[in-house]
Formats: sequence, C-alpha cells, structure tokens
Amino acid sequence: MTAAMVSTRGSVPAIAETAPVLEARDVTIRYGEKTAIDRVNLTAPEYKITAIIGPSGCGKSTFIRAFNRMNDFIQGTSLSGDLLYRGIDIYAPETDPVEVRRRIGMVFQKPNPFPKSIFKNVSWGPIINGFKGDVHGLVESSLRKAALWDEVADRLDESALSLSGGQQQRLCIARALALQPEVLLMDEPASALDPVSTARIEDLLFELKKRYTIVIVTHNMQQAARVSDFTAFLDTGKMVEFGETDQVFTRPKEKRTEDYVSGRFG
Amino acid sequence: MIASLETSSELQRRRAKARWFRRLCQVLTWLCLVLLALLLVHATREGLPWLNVGFLTEFPSRFPERAGIKSALFGTLWLISLTAFFSIPFGVAAAVYLEEYAGKNRLNSLIEVSIANLAGVPSIVYGILGLTVFVRWLALGRSVLAGALTMSLLILPVIIIASREALRAVPGSIRHAAFALGATRWQTTRHHVLPAALPGILTGTILALSRAIGETAPLIMIGALTYVAFVPEGPMDAFTALPIQIFNWVSRPQPEFHELAAAGIVVLLTVLLMMNAVAVLIRHRSSRDLQ
Repeated sequence: MTAAMVSTRGSVPAIAETAPVLEARDVTIRYGEKTAIDRVNLTAPEYKITAIIGPSGCGKSTFIRAFNRMNDFIQGTSLSGDLLYRGIDIYAPETDPVEVRRRIGMVFQKPNPFPKSIFKNVSWGPIINGFKGDVHGLVESSLRKAALWDEVADRLDESALSLSGGQQQRLCIARALALQPEVLLMDEPASALDPVSTARIEDLLFELKKRYTIVIVTHNMQQAARVSDFTAFLDTGKMVEFGETDQVFTRPKEKRTEDYVSGRFG
Repeated sequence: MIASLETSSELQRRRAKARWFRRLCQVLTWLCLVLLALLLVHATREGLPWLNVGFLTEFPSRFPERAGIKSALFGTLWLISLTAFFSIPFGVAAAVYLEEYAGKNRLNSLIEVSIANLAGVPSIVYGILGLTVFVRWLALGRSVLAGALTMSLLILPVIIIASREALRAVPGSIRHAAFALGATRWQTTRHHVLPAALPGILTGTILALSRAIGETAPLIMIGALTYVAFVPEGPMDAFTALPIQIFNWVSRPQPEFHELAAAGIVVLLTVLLMMNAVAVLIRHRSSRDLQ
C-alpha cells in the first residue's frame, strides 16, 4: 500500500467541504526499532467525529496519542512526517507541547479522575492554565456539557472516586472540556464501561460534535458505525482504508476492511 | 459418572502444607514480638524507679540519684530537628528528580546503584566522613550542626530510596491526566504526584529519622561529648545525645547507672514512639483527603 493510494482515498468529497482541524501526512512512529505507525495519512474535519478502528496492537492508540504529544513521555519514540493542527506543525521545534495539550483535549481508555473532589477535577485544568473568570460557572457548564451536572450538582465536594465508572468517564470528559479545547481525542473512552454507560457516552458524543472536532479510537466496530462520520481502518500500523463511515462499513473498497468490519478477523 | 466431592487424600496433603506454613509464619511473628516485649519489659522494670520529673530536668552527675538526662534529651531533639531540616528537602528533591525528571540512561542507573550501596555503608564510615568534612574542613567543630549534617548524609540514601518507591507507586494515569490538561511537569508533580506519594514518603522519612535517633557510632566519631552539663542553645554548640548518654551509663561499674541507662532507653523509645505516632497521624490525614 503506497501513501499516494491512501491519500486519494482520503479525499472523499465530504472531507473537502470543511477545513481539516487535524491532519496527518505520511506519519511514521517508531518505538526504538519497531515501527508502530507506517506512513499514515488522515484528516479530521471540523465538527465531525472521526473514528479509528483496527485490531489490537494495530497502533491506533499510538497514533491518536501523537496528536497531543502524549508519546513524548514514552522514551525511544520517534516520529516523522507531519501532524498539523489547523495547518500548524504540532512537532515543530517552536511548538510547545504543553500548549498543544491545552488546545487538544484527551480522554483516556480507563477513567482516570484525580483523587480529589469532583469540583477540583474540573477546575484544576483551567486554574493552572491561568483562568481568571468565574470558575464555578465554568465547572457547571463543563459538567452540563458532559451530561453529568444533574447527577453531581449537590455533591461537588465529594471525592471523584465515589462516582461510578461511567460517571467518572463523563467527569474526565467534563475535565477536558473545561479547558475549552477545539479538539477532543478519545482513546477507547467506553471500553472499560458497561453497556448503559457506553450508550450514555455515545449519546454525549452526538451532542459534543456540534462544538468540538472529535477523533475517537475504538475497537468496537458497532460503536464506530453508530457515532462516527468518518472511519479510518488501521492494521499493523498501516492505513488500510479511510472514508465516510457509511461507505467503509457498507461498501468497503478493500478486501481486508470488508473482512474486518464483517467480523471475519480481528 | 458423578465425581466425589469428599476431601481426597491429595487435597488433604495440600491442606496440611498450607497449615504448616501458616503456623510457621505465626510462630516467627510472635517470636519477634515476644523478644521486643521482653526487652521493653526488662528496660521498663529496671528503669521505672528512676523515671521521674527530675530525671528529665537534671543534668548528668556522678551521683546516680542526682543524674538526669536533660542535656542528652535536648541534644537529641536538636540533632533530629536539624537532621530532618537538612535531609528531607534534599532527599525528596533527589527522589523527585530521579523519578520524574531524569530519563533512563547509564549515568542514572549508576547513580541508582550507588545510592542503594550507600544505604548499606556502616554508620561509622559516615562518622569518619563527617569528622573530615564537617568538623575539620568546614570547621564546624564538634557542634550539633556537624552531627546533624553527618546524620543527614547517613539517612539520605534511605529517604531517597523510600521516596522513589512512593513516587513510583503513583499510577501513571494520574500523570497523564494532568499532562493532557496542559500541566507542566512541575504542576503535575506538585499538585498530584507528591500529594499521592506523601504517605509513603513520610513513612520512609520517619523510619530513617528513627534510625538516626538511635545511632551512636557516627556521633562518637565526630566527637559528641559524653558529659555535658548544658543544653545546646544554637546549632554551633557542643552536644550529647540519648544513645551516647545511655552508652556512657552502661559502661560504668555501679549498678545504679545501669538502671539509669534502662530509664534512658525508655525515654529514647518514647521519643521514637511519638515520632511514629506523628507519622501515622499525617498519613491518616493525607489518605483521608485522597478518598
């Protein structure tokens, strides 16, 4: 599979309509000698949900973590190619990774609230980033956007660890939203949750995409089919197919994609 | 075929082994406790008649009935406060640097191995180092400051190792959560990693300080006095400490002084217990905040 073929497939008409917020061009990521991501191209258009699917170990988590430079913390990772945020190179020498992470929020696979109060979980990010306005209002609006406010409004001072797993994950979403990012990266945000909590998170995603550009990694194909506008299928570090979700799931161009989405492997 | 659910002979053998192991652990635990209790009871019984307010407020004397432990008690308090003052900031800072900032490379693994080795160096060696560096080169004399600096060197490796363990036990997901919110390394460490590691750091630190309180050899080496009839009023004053006073009394021929030594041991143990109680209290506080 050459990079040229991938990029032709990537330029489906709908993607051209709105400017991409995130763009990956020929991105290769290595852990030491091992290549985790091999010349991948991807665009994430504004106010759309772009899903990255693929079997375990295909490099999808590594790939999404590259967008907010979370791979910087893993020693021995190197990246080549271009990752762009509204045309700005995320890996340029003059780019500050702390600034990148402030603009591009992330929700992790396992809910990881701070062992502090619900309020502090949401307010901490804005405060350390110099937020001077109405913290209480910001906490409330963030919790509302994450569809958690009604459940925690009267217990903001309680520990975040007293919440259920699904609530904790929505708290983590609220925490990310409090920084008012443009982009939300979600690394299998529902994989550690029960079906009911998963459904709530998925409903939430539809709400969130009105204001945010979302990239979501999932190993759950039904989830990708349900929530996303675009789907990228990765296998062993290579982009097999990228296009509108409807097309990828119903009329895949690649045999491997068809095998995967129909459950024949992975 | 219906399998039998009765105990098989093979399962009985496994159970017997399990019972024996359990019993062995029990016996060994109790043995430790009994030995400690014996020591305590013995010291308390011998020392109790001598334990009164006068014992705490009098200076040492060659007459046992007038001898007290005031200078040694204050010397120990001075020594341990100064030691904590020097060793905790350095130890925790070194642990934070090694665990949170320094990458994995050969120099750092060398540092790591060296610290582990230093933790095992006999205390008398630190005494010689203290004598050379602090007492002579830095001309601090036989002061409580020189003693505290020597003690700090002695317990620094232990504090660093314990603090690193505590920092390592903080889940990486907490750090990632903070970084993903645009926090700097320092903000992440200051607000999330250190508070979560605090109970472990405190335990290690208090244990290290407890070790320092009981150390005698390095103090004798740097020339702490054995007969002091005053309380140190500043870090540059000469001093004695509880273990030295106890050692001094034990080495006298009169049996009364041996009983005084027992009383001194009880005082030393009480100071230790109080320190540990403070540690438990702080631990309890900080772990309650985390829940």
